[in-house]
Amino acid sequence: MAGRDWNPMRRLLALPNESRTKTIVVAFLVSAICAALVSGATVVLRPIQSANRAAEEQARIEALVQGIPGMAVLLEQSGGTLSTVVIDLDSGRAATDVTPATLETALLDPANWTALAPGQDLAGLGQRPNFAQVFLLRDGDRVSLVLLPLSGQGYGGRIDAILALRGDMNTIAGIAITSHSETPGLGARIEETSWQASFPGTEARDDSGEIRFRVARGAASGVHEVDGITGATRTGRGVTQMVRFWLGPDGYGPLLDAIERGQF
Amino acid sequence: MANRSEMWRTLSDPLIRQNPVTLQILGICSALAVTTTLATAVTMSISLTVVLTLSAGLVSTIRRHIPDTIRLIVQIVIVASLVIVIDQVLQAYFAEISRALSVYVGLITTNCLVLGRTEAYARHNAPLPAMVDAFGNGLGYSLILILLGGLRELFGKGELFGREVLPLADAGGWFTPLSLMLLAPSAFFLLGLLVWVVRSFYPEQAEAPEHTPPLGAEPAE
Repeated sequence: MAGRDWNPMRRLLALPNESRTKTIVVAFLVSAICAALVSGATVVLRPIQSANRAAEEQARIEALVQGIPGMAVLLEQSGGTLSTVVIDLDSGRAATDVTPATLETALLDPANWTALAPGQDLAGLGQRPNFAQVFLLRDGDRVSLVLLPLSGQGYGGRIDAILALRGDMNTIAGIAITSHSETPGLGARIEETSWQASFPGTEARDDSGEIRFRVARGAASGVHEVDGITGATRTGRGVTQMVRFWLGPDGYGPLLDAIERGQF
Repeated sequence: MANRSEMWRTLSDPLIRQNPVTLQILGICSALAVTTTLATAVTMSISLTVVLTLSAGLVSTIRRHIPDTIRLIVQIVIVASLVIVIDQVLQAYFAEISRALSVYVGLITTNCLVLGRTEAYARHNAPLPAMVDAFGNGLGYSLILILLGGLRELFGKGELFGREVLPLADAGGWFTPLSLMLLAPSAFFLLGLLVWVVRSFYPEQAEAPEHTPPLGAEPAE
């Protein structure tokens, strides 16, 4: 008679498959190994993925600017580049101690985020960074185009976009969706240029200054609306709320006012 | 020797005679969705074959120790983890194609083909035959996907792998693209025709009719 086997692994494997201990241990081991595998892959590959995403975002910004009529000419006159500015969202002025290079580090600090009360939180974000990087195009000493990164809650997850506003800070010049996870074939059509084509010329506010922008249900009626996508009502509402939040007082509102007063 | 020919049969059977798509009609959701271009079809085929082979190998390795009560969950966890890893690799190194495939890579998890092979074959066989069987099934699936992708891209856009093959009419050529080929229904039509072709070569695959139509209607007097 062989003595009792003290190797716990072998003792476990010798248990009958139906035993409760073995069921639990096998389930635990499989999940632990799979979790390690998945986390490992995510951590190892993240730098490459974020480099990809950054390159893609840059390409989209360029495509957005090129797609706005007259912008390519304006860009060439101004030296061919957009100026990148990090702004302090609360004051609407250029941030003094954060530069585009240090923005990412600054946003890792929870102190640089503002929690949003449910009433303010139109875009479903929960919290909002205090600093954001925007792109400006100047024509003389006036700002003729501003590109604002937006993000908000869609139907399937977060939608990230870049909105271009003309010099009056009211007329939308174009939009580019940089990332989303909406339903393919329905909400995901927000990344099609045919849908984005209805943005240029749309006005965000009415004469009294109230934000009226809306993704319509169906075809757009009026100067404040863009066409909706059939079957993607919640995605449309997400885009509406995202634009309203970011153009409002808790988003880029202070910045837009400052630009309009010519103080930027 | 007998062993080797058996191995060869395990590998080659699922290519045409036992093809998982045309015979068992498994995994057609992705077969329809990602075959608009050859490049996405090829990527999807490779991803599925890799996931299928690895998961068959893993499940088969621990097959004697998977408690019966939780075997499906264990298999799905293994498959899902492999799918996530593949998805991450695609996002890192093939960002363009990964965007084109969107959710369908993630849906490999629920592809009946994967669970079907692990449940039906890998669970009862040693790792090597299980992986050979899975690889064969992956190739069978790939064959159909690449065929559909090639036909749809060729007739829908006049291109193969994004390169012009048939000169388009609007660019001075002679070929007018069939835009229907880029829509999902055309994949159904092509797949249906393919099943028909395969079953006329292998009449034993045809299923017995479930209903007999009523006899020819006699004109009422």
